Amino acid sequence: MKSIEELKAIRDKTLKEMSIRDNGDKMRIVVGMATCGIAAGAKNVMSAFIDELNKRNINNVTVSMTGCIGICRLEPVAEVFDASGEKTTYVKLNAEKARRIVAEHIVNQKVVTEFTIGAAER
Amino acid sequence: MKDLSLHIMDITQNSIAAGADKISISLSVEGNPRMLVLEILDNGKGMDEEFVREVTDPFKTSRTTRNVGLGIPLLLQSANMAGGELDIKSEPGKGTALVARFNIDHIDRIPLGDIPETIKMLIMANPHISWTIRFSSPNDSFLLDTDEIKRYLDGVSIADINVLEWIQNTIADGIKLVYGGVLDEVN
Repeated sequence: MKSIEELKAIRDKTLKEMSIRDNGDKMRIVVGMATCGIAAGAKNVMSAFIDELNKRNINNVTVSMTGCIGICRLEPVAEVFDASGEKTTYVKLNAEKARRIVAEHIVNQKVVTEFTIGAAER
Repeated sequence: MKDLSLHIMDITQNSIAAGADKISISLSVEGNPRMLVLEILDNGKGMDEEFVREVTDPFKTSRTTRNVGLGIPLLLQSANMAGGELDIKSEPGKGTALVARFNIDHIDRIPLGDIPETIKMLIMANPHISWTIRFSSPNDSFLLDTDEIKRYLDGVSIADINVLEWIQNTIADGIKLVYGGVLDEVN
């Protein structure tokens, strides 16, 4: 393994920071990562979510994956669960839309209505 | 699928859906003509003989949302396109071993793609799974084992973004070390 020393330094730094971090309620972003999602570009979408959260130093949001939720024609799809468990389903995503969702929904708590499944199905 | 990293992302979702908590991904270069061999092993619930026989059929799937499953058929297609083949062995209750082979120099062989990023995402989304990542070639070999990494972390989550970035960089270095010059397609 490359550099265990480096890993230990990361661990120590993270342990130090953990105490001063915002331990507020967690939001969750779940990206559909079945064959349909992957073929439509879900990996780039997930990458953009991770990168944008990281850039903004947001660490109380988890990003995870799920399988096919049955709306393959609307992939890439991501669901955002806010702290109270309320779910917003975003469809036909790309990297740019993912970054806007972080800025508007995650940071400013304002649903990006135009990207939601409700708007797509109208 | 455009590259191997997307297939890896896709096929491992089968392992995760099968309830695996140990998944091993191995990529090696061997033989003459030189073949690129992707091996994915899991300890999930496995498949019976009949299901294994039919699993390359797009109209066979365990998913309940619809009756088409394309993950394995697409990988079979990618392998066949590059003069390779796909082999699946599975046993109910034990797990599944999937091996896809590609002729490296075949003009239609798909590129590796961003494997370090794919693995980072897999670990991030499934931190409880024990992941083993192996690369080998006649020149060198590389091994990353998340259980071993966790022993150094002392309570810090393996899904911590700084830890994940270290993993991503370590894997990228591993690919360069093992495949550099021939398969070094990952920047």
